[in-house]
Amino acid sequence: MAVAIAVAVLAAPMAGAGPSANGIPDKPDGRVITHVLNRIAFGPRPGDVDRVRAMGLRAYIDQQLHPGRIDDSAVDARLATFDTLKLSPQELTSKYFAPLIEAQRRAAAAPPRDAMTMSDAAPSSAATPERAGAAASPALQDARRTAASVLDELTRARLLRATLSDRQLEEVLTDFWLNHFNVYSGKGVVREYLTAYERDVIRPHVLGHFRDLLGAVAHSPAMLFYLDNWQSASPDATPSIPPDVLARLNDPRLSPVARQRATARLQAAQAAQAARAKQAHGLNENYARELMELHTLGVDGGYTQDDVVALARIFTGWSIDRPRQGGGFIFHAALHDNGVKRFLGVTLAPQGEAEGERALDLLARHPATAHHLAYELAQRFVADDPPAALVDRAARTYLDTKGDLREVVRTIITSPEFFAPSAYRAKIKTPLELVVSTVRTTGADIVDTQPMATALRALGMPLYGCEPPTGYADTADAWLSAGSLVQRLNVAADLVGIGRPSSARPRPADGRAGEPVRGRGRAQLGSGPPRSQAIHVDVTSLAPDVSAASREHVIDTLLAGDASDATRAALAGADRPDLLVALALGSPEFQRR
Amino acid sequence: MMTRRVFLKNGSLALVSLGFTPRFVAAAAGAANARRKVLVAVFQRGAVDGLNMVVPHGEAAYYESRPAIAIAKPGTPDGAIDLDGFFGLHPRMAPLAPLFQRGELAIVHACGSPDDTRSHFDAQDYMETGTPGVKNTRDGWLNRCLHAQEHERATPFRAVALAPRLPRSLEGAEPALAIGRLDAFAVRGGTGNGSAAGAFEAEYAQAADTLLTPTAREAFDAMALLRSVRPGQQPPEHGAEYPRSGFGDAVRQIAALIKADLGLEVAFAELGQWDHHVNEGGANGQIASRLDDFARGLAAFAQDLGDRMADVVLVTMSEFGRTVRQNGDGGTDHGHGNAMLVLGGPVKGGKVYGHWPGLAREQLWQGRDLAVTTDFRDVFAEAARGHLGVTNVAAVFPGHTPGAPLGFL
Repeated sequence: MAVAIAVAVLAAPMAGAGPSANGIPDKPDGRVITHVLNRIAFGPRPGDVDRVRAMGLRAYIDQQLHPGRIDDSAVDARLATFDTLKLSPQELTSKYFAPLIEAQRRAAAAPPRDAMTMSDAAPSSAATPERAGAAASPALQDARRTAASVLDELTRARLLRATLSDRQLEEVLTDFWLNHFNVYSGKGVVREYLTAYERDVIRPHVLGHFRDLLGAVAHSPAMLFYLDNWQSASPDATPSIPPDVLARLNDPRLSPVARQRATARLQAAQAAQAARAKQAHGLNENYARELMELHTLGVDGGYTQDDVVALARIFTGWSIDRPRQGGGFIFHAALHDNGVKRFLGVTLAPQGEAEGERALDLLARHPATAHHLAYELAQRFVADDPPAALVDRAARTYLDTKGDLREVVRTIITSPEFFAPSAYRAKIKTPLELVVSTVRTTGADIVDTQPMATALRALGMPLYGCEPPTGYADTADAWLSAGSLVQRLNVAADLVGIGRPSSARPRPADGRAGEPVRGRGRAQLGSGPPRSQAIHVDVTSLAPDVSAASREHVIDTLLAGDASDATRAALAGADRPDLLVALALGSPEFQRR
Repeated sequence: MMTRRVFLKNGSLALVSLGFTPRFVAAAAGAANARRKVLVAVFQRGAVDGLNMVVPHGEAAYYESRPAIAIAKPGTPDGAIDLDGFFGLHPRMAPLAPLFQRGELAIVHACGSPDDTRSHFDAQDYMETGTPGVKNTRDGWLNRCLHAQEHERATPFRAVALAPRLPRSLEGAEPALAIGRLDAFAVRGGTGNGSAAGAFEAEYAQAADTLLTPTAREAFDAMALLRSVRPGQQPPEHGAEYPRSGFGDAVRQIAALIKADLGLEVAFAELGQWDHHVNEGGANGQIASRLDDFARGLAAFAQDLGDRMADVVLVTMSEFGRTVRQNGDGGTDHGHGNAMLVLGGPVKGGKVYGHWPGLAREQLWQGRDLAVTTDFRDVFAEAARGHLGVTNVAAVFPGHTPGAPLGFL
């Protein structure tokens, strides 16, 4: 998509963006700094532009590339009370999810029979309001709340970090990689593994090496369950009792220790047989296909259906150890296809679990993977249709550094293309970027992130709620529709309290109930009844009145001092400070980054 | 003649610059707008037990497999409502019986997916994308129908899901609205002078943003039309009484959109809680209360629309059926084949379509489920072709060659 920027001032290159080894301008103006903050952060907070100017743009970018050097204790302190964030899947299952299953059992007066009840009971659509059930007992309702609190805390933590963390690039990349390796919280036990997935699988690697990230995902129960690989088994390799075991057990001269060992092998083989019979699914290609199409090579990566089948056979046996108890990765040798595989032109001898590692090696260092990841990152940071030369250079960096994601990102965010005038405000904010940047830019004080999550649902982008493995799109066409624009305007209106029931509004100075807010007091994001003023924005400090000075302050603070004549005219027409702020947040400029 | 689309664009500009009232825009636009063919999709999420919804009371194996939850034979207390001597409706589906008898309701039994997944998640996805077994199809079959029938008279209300989120069925290249409630599709804070809505509209009317300005125009057109016609606020007609439920609200609002001539061509509604693994019930109990909501909603929809049903075809779907045998908990587990309802004026109803595979053990799929003898895409394709006039069915269902038409349209 070629975006023609409508802002006339951009005909000239951005100030100071002279060509250099990298594209970082030596003397960036406010617009350039805001551009950087809109791309490698979720937008500027009040004072951020001055802070970045003071430390130097180059230093700021370098610091963001090394988040470990940034003190983030304030956010950590805020998250300290979120108990579930620290727990293992086993702990989460026993403390938060098992009680729900128990309560459901009691409610039904008999244990559910079908294994699928537990693994996959939730209808795919989160949009089914009746699902909660009308006549649930208090105990069952309690258990449901307890179970729901796990995803709830994860969502709150994610929004708090995105909004308040000083490690902004890390947050942006966490969003990027969670979306790249999308799993859906509504599918079966995925929600029991999501906390660990984000914490242990994604976050540690977002600026690390891709092969490590890929390997962590491949071993993660969340992905193994989401894309069904945990059930994938060799169709013809029905696990049999190894004949030598039987022979040994029949040997009366066997020592007690050896007999014990053989008995253990026999039991393992029998268990595998039972598991195989229970699953009876055979080869499942889902993970193998998405691993190539979405995670690595890309849809045009040059693989064939034969490669999909070969890769699925390679990953047979990569499974979850007791998924209903929050167990971890396990390799079921008995379910593994022990034939020779030909994958991407390479012949792989039977090596059990090691075959999968070998396949991940091949995929991670494949040029198509380099190109695919470079394209996606450039699309995120630069433009919906990123410049080919930049993608090529980023792919080159990937191959030269053996997949060092920090260096790939550095190539992109310090490139001349990143700082080119054509990139400025070229991206339409996704709902997540819009909601978080709205709260950040206004310097709003967050008591509770719930209204942000609600707004994301209304905008069609619930966190952890993307069903298909593609993840959410990162292009304008996916996020701009008449319906979603209305919701975007409501995000702006809500934040300043427009349309809130009068009882929930701050009382105007003269005490007339039901009058519009005259820029006094505080407001909140989120419609409906007041949620104890979950998110406060100080309208008064942003716009004390509707004077020209006030207007300029709003344009400076919220729109980087850069508003079109049309937007300026609209702001000039505002007769109330809250409307002045809402018009800036709802403006076309603010929908872009 | 000026096209609808152009008219609306101009109308909204006039609204801003000359101060014409939205009522004028809508009234004039409505006059310029012929009645449209409308396809309504209703998704029963969670896998409805089709064997208790459309009961094969002529099957001995049905009663043998379900001692506690079978629907009794017609003519007995709480018995099925006979349709053709072999099939019957669940007694709580009684509101739909007159529609079947009048020939406006057809049923296709033993429908489903060629894919054998028993995952709700995957099966719903496959049904909505219309590509069973293919996980990464990005758009939905309804959106591809719209794309195949692209025309210049499209309005912002061409495709509407009465749901908080756009369903997969409607995702894709063609614009589609997801509206939880019609009366809430507005910028908060009222309308008129000094309102946020008015200020935003003026802001976007002047803006020269290549992407946002046209989208905003569509959004404000849609809001202006809704404000002037207020389709959500007209009482139902012809004595129709909708159930007080999410589903009842959804179909009531779809009927209102149709009557308002806002250019609706494809609509979507959904209702959940069909996953009855435990204590499903028979003539009474859990499934009965869900079917009650479902049937009363559909019947009220048909009654409310009256003659306008001549323009409407409504298709119901659910991701898969349920096991023939009841389980140890008085419920049923995830199965395979299921029943779909097709309702509307153009429908050749009064008949249960499809090939019935039987319920004897050797006739069951994988020894436990109703076999699928009609691919659900064939039902969709027939509705798309027969009602919306989609000729390029291959573009809507890539990789699928539809079977011979069932003949319900």
